[in-house]
Amino acid sequence: MWEYTEKVTEHFLNPKNVGKIEDADAVGEVGSLSCGDALRLFLKIGEGERIEDAKFQTFGCASAIASSSVLTEMIKGMTLDEAAKVTNKDIAEKLGGLPKEKMHCSVMGQEALEDAIRNYRGEEAAPAPEGEIVCKCFGVTDVLIRRAVEENNLTTVEEVTNYTKAGGACGDCHEKIAQIIAEVRGCAAPEVSKSDEKAPMTNIQRMQLVTKIIDNEIRPALKKDGGDIELIDINGTEVTVSLRGACVGCPSSHITLKNLVERRLKETVEEAITVKEV
Amino acid sequence: MTPIYFDNNATTMVAPEVRDAIIPLLNDEYGNPSSMHNLGERSGRLLAEARGKVATALGCSPDEIIFTSCGTEGDNTAIHSALQSHPEKKHFITTKVEHPAVLNVANHLERSGYDVTYLGVDNLGRLDLDELRAAIRPDTALISVMYANNETGVVFPIKEIAEIAREHGVPVHTDAVQAVGKIDINLAELPVDYLVFSGHKIHAPKGVGVLFVRRTAQFRPFLLGGHQERGRRGGTENLPGIVGLGKAIELAKAGIEEENTRVRAMRDRLEKGLMDAIPDAIVNGDPENRLPNTLSIAFKYIEGEAMLLMMNQFGICASSGSACTSGSLEPSHVLRAMGIPFTFSHGSLRFSLSVYNTEEEVDTVLKELPPIIERLRAMSPFREGDEGLDWVEKHSHD
Ligand code: FES
Repeated sequence: MWEYTEKVTEHFLNPKNVGKIEDADAVGEVGSLSCGDALRLFLKIGEGERIEDAKFQTFGCASAIASSSVLTEMIKGMTLDEAAKVTNKDIAEKLGGLPKEKMHCSVMGQEALEDAIRNYRGEEAAPAPEGEIVCKCFGVTDVLIRRAVEENNLTTVEEVTNYTKAGGACGDCHEKIAQIIAEVRGCAAPEVSKSDEKAPMTNIQRMQLVTKIIDNEIRPALKKDGGDIELIDINGTEVTVSLRGACVGCPSSHITLKNLVERRLKETVEEAITVKEV
Repeated sequence: MTPIYFDNNATTMVAPEVRDAIIPLLNDEYGNPSSMHNLGERSGRLLAEARGKVATALGCSPDEIIFTSCGTEGDNTAIHSALQSHPEKKHFITTKVEHPAVLNVANHLERSGYDVTYLGVDNLGRLDLDELRAAIRPDTALISVMYANNETGVVFPIKEIAEIAREHGVPVHTDAVQAVGKIDINLAELPVDYLVFSGHKIHAPKGVGVLFVRRTAQFRPFLLGGHQERGRRGGTENLPGIVGLGKAIELAKAGIEEENTRVRAMRDRLEKGLMDAIPDAIVNGDPENRLPNTLSIAFKYIEGEAMLLMMNQFGICASSGSACTSGSLEPSHVLRAMGIPFTFSHGSLRFSLSVYNTEEEVDTVLKELPPIIERLRAMSPFREGDEGLDWVEKHSHD
């Protein structure tokens, strides 16, 4: 059973502003039936671009309904410019917090609002924020994931799932999500040349390069999470490492290893590299 | 508010008779069955008695019964046993709709070099026995198929499955956690090698289970330790739990008749009442082969957690096949394996009854649930007869 705050329960059991506005000036839509939640937001906009009325229709769990309800209450009376600044954090805060697994419900509110504003301003076709679908199960793009990571300071794949749903089903996209996190958090920017591709590397060169990447990129990234990594051995293209600190016992440590570490080494050192943990 | 408890496939209340049987063990009878004094001896006798009751109820011999801590332990042990005794055989057959206690073991095996065949089900949740026949290989180490599915209540033809397996010389394990107490099981006529169930689904407390291992089947202990359970399961016996389970299985055996008449009739009335009152609803699972106590029903356009929480307001306890209650974001693997459309699967509810339910409780659900569904549907953007429908099309990328 989720621990919902009183506010969430209140907005769920007695949601405000349910329904549609027949002559709405703006409509925002997000989500889909297959994803398990969806929200349609209707706005009536008056003078000075002020939101005079807001209503919603929501398909989803209790926190999706509560997020929609509280959102409509929050934005009534705001100008569109003010409303555009409402974030998912604001929504969650207004509800006295949401269980972390349910943060995506507040994100959905923010997205519907943005969609409505775009719709009003005639930027209709703009959405589907350019970018590629990273999570095909939930149709989430890299742009959305990057934004969620930046705005909410996310550091793990699990958190990204809580906020965007990306990664919550088959898990095929976990690698890509981990990569995006790594990029956002600045341990990417592969300035390492891929130009010397074909020239076979000597063992020494490979060891030096691996050591350098681990020291300069991977370890600092892990340290931000309280984790650490130790290079145990390099045998040909097989790199053996040991994850330390907070990484130990972390359920996503396997992903960290495969994505962050192995992927990075493959990209920067040599495609043939494999990483294993002891 | 006294709960209206329709979630008996999740767990059950402890029967008063079971509680009474346990109380002495929480008072004076605290001995260790292994001890060499009167207290220990009395405990040893209680242990043997409980084992005898289980054996009688299942039609097997007492030495084929191993007490465990839960269904999951039994499943893990059975699979471990069969596989360890034939390490050269690297193929395992199971189904897509197993409980995680088997499914996650299978996933783990795959990562450790096993080949796993996951048998599919049709849209009524039924297995195809030809698919099973075709899957069996010379290196198949074990076939593991649940007796009855926890979500839909669909009952699998375990006897036929075990016979097919036997023709091919492959051992069979069945997770019978949902079947014991609802279906009459006679191991003298059911050629499975391993069968598992758990006390808390049959009105015993949590923390005790049973693993049946046929005398002719291979066994390798999973928990290494003392000589308890004849060396097959180390660890001091959970005697209060075991005595409770012994009493519970006696009661369950005696209650099977009622389960299949009165409980079944209540379930059927609940099903019919809901289907009549609520449009755009479907019943999940094979109506012909279903546990007498289980109803899985799906309502279009709405989501399970929201329904459960609104039902909770009336003290009605059920569970959902939907994503949002479990922390996972997907509809249940069982409904997905059955190919239930997303439009329905997110809005699935499971009602599971027991002999302790009453007609009045069914009435309450029939009265309170339709308006809840109506209310949530009124909030849903996907409602039919609404221009929202083209949105359904547009937004259904499944
Ligand atoms: S692709 Fe992201 S969870 Fe399946």
